[in-house]
Amino acid sequence: MPSHSPSAPLYFIATLACAMILRIMDLFPGTVEFNPDWIALVLIYWSIALPERFGVFTAFTAGLLTDVLTSHLLGQYALIYALYSYFSIRQHRRLRQFPLIQQCVFVFFCLLGGQSLIFGMESMQAANRLPLSFWYPVLTGALLWPLVFSALRAIRVLARIS
Amino acid sequence: MAILASLALLVTDFRTPHLHPLRAVLSIATHPLQLLASLPGDNLKSISGTVLSYLELQKENRRLKETQLINAGKLLKLEALEKENIRLRVLLENSFRLGEQVLIAELLSVKLAPYEHTVVVNKGTRFGVHPEQPVLDANGIVGQVIRALPSSSEVMLITDPDHAIPVEVNRNGLRTIAFGTGLPNRLQLPFLAKNADIVPGDLLVTSGLGGVFPAGYPVAVVDKFETRPDKSFANIYATPKAQLETSREFLIVWSDTNPVFLDKDKEPPPAEQLETEHAKP
Repeated sequence: MPSHSPSAPLYFIATLACAMILRIMDLFPGTVEFNPDWIALVLIYWSIALPERFGVFTAFTAGLLTDVLTSHLLGQYALIYALYSYFSIRQHRRLRQFPLIQQCVFVFFCLLGGQSLIFGMESMQAANRLPLSFWYPVLTGALLWPLVFSALRAIRVLARIS
Repeated sequence: MAILASLALLVTDFRTPHLHPLRAVLSIATHPLQLLASLPGDNLKSISGTVLSYLELQKENRRLKETQLINAGKLLKLEALEKENIRLRVLLENSFRLGEQVLIAELLSVKLAPYEHTVVVNKGTRFGVHPEQPVLDANGIVGQVIRALPSSSEVMLITDPDHAIPVEVNRNGLRTIAFGTGLPNRLQLPFLAKNADIVPGDLLVTSGLGGVFPAGYPVAVVDKFETRPDKSFANIYATPKAQLETSREFLIVWSDTNPVFLDKDKEPPPAEQLETEHAKP
């Protein structure tokens, strides 16, 4: 197996771009509030799979772009994506040994923590109360993790990125 | 490092407008993604446009011609009324306001955050759009521009829970503020007492007080008025006139808020001069 594949950054960018499109598209009308944070899932996958190639700063940049894309305060998603990436990279050895269900639990708590931070920052900016549906993406994100994981692993194996 | 950087960014963006150029630059990268994301919706619309049957088109054409005729008739009257209004104001030695300029912007089918009522339209600062501009559709007020990027801008709808719009009841000029509720077709009027003269069916129009929305545009129709014995304010709900869910074309309005003086001898003084004149007793 080659230790460095030069095309890896291209795959990072392509998958992240796809995730960003999924994030703002209403794929199935009426399910908008269930739309998970695809970008976070992709970030966590690459952080676990290739921790030495995919760093916290890549996550930070992706977060900045997400902030602009979804018209949030600059730095909001940059912060939580950097945190996601940091924790995934720290735990990547353990996470790789986990069965998928246990990974789902990790992803669930990751997303829950991130969403809580967003909750705090949003409530500081505006006086309104966020609805309960604010928390749905955490659950759907964790449930969709096996799908994202297998899709991205298939891409990684096919493209022979390591 | 990254965490510190993002915290710094957060604070700067929250407190000051200095980061706007950075956002504009980054938006150049994200705009293609928005266009891509809205492609399927647009294509579906265009496909349904091409497969509309000839008969339906004919029917629609006839209907549109009829409404066009009616509107043209109304416009004739409006022109006469406008002239009369100006003449009357000259008699009163008053100033009048210029008409508004509009720009048609198309909606991108993009969802930013499901719990916010914010939409993206395809005209930005390249067309001169700036924040705090009112946005209309054919039926009434839609919202206001909250952020203008080079090739797109973000519009906050009047139903957003953070949005408030100064309105007055068209029937009697009772002024109040309409808040968004976060529900797609609901506004709330929390500041009216129980004995306020407002009934279901009343039309609410913009009062022009906040300085953002020009006066006289329809906003909503009151549909529910209920009082509770233990509250001193009434619960009043209204339905927006604009088709917030279905409209795809919006009008972005430039309203000239500086009044034009009718007195021919006096040149219209610039804004600074006006202020100094006001300052003198």
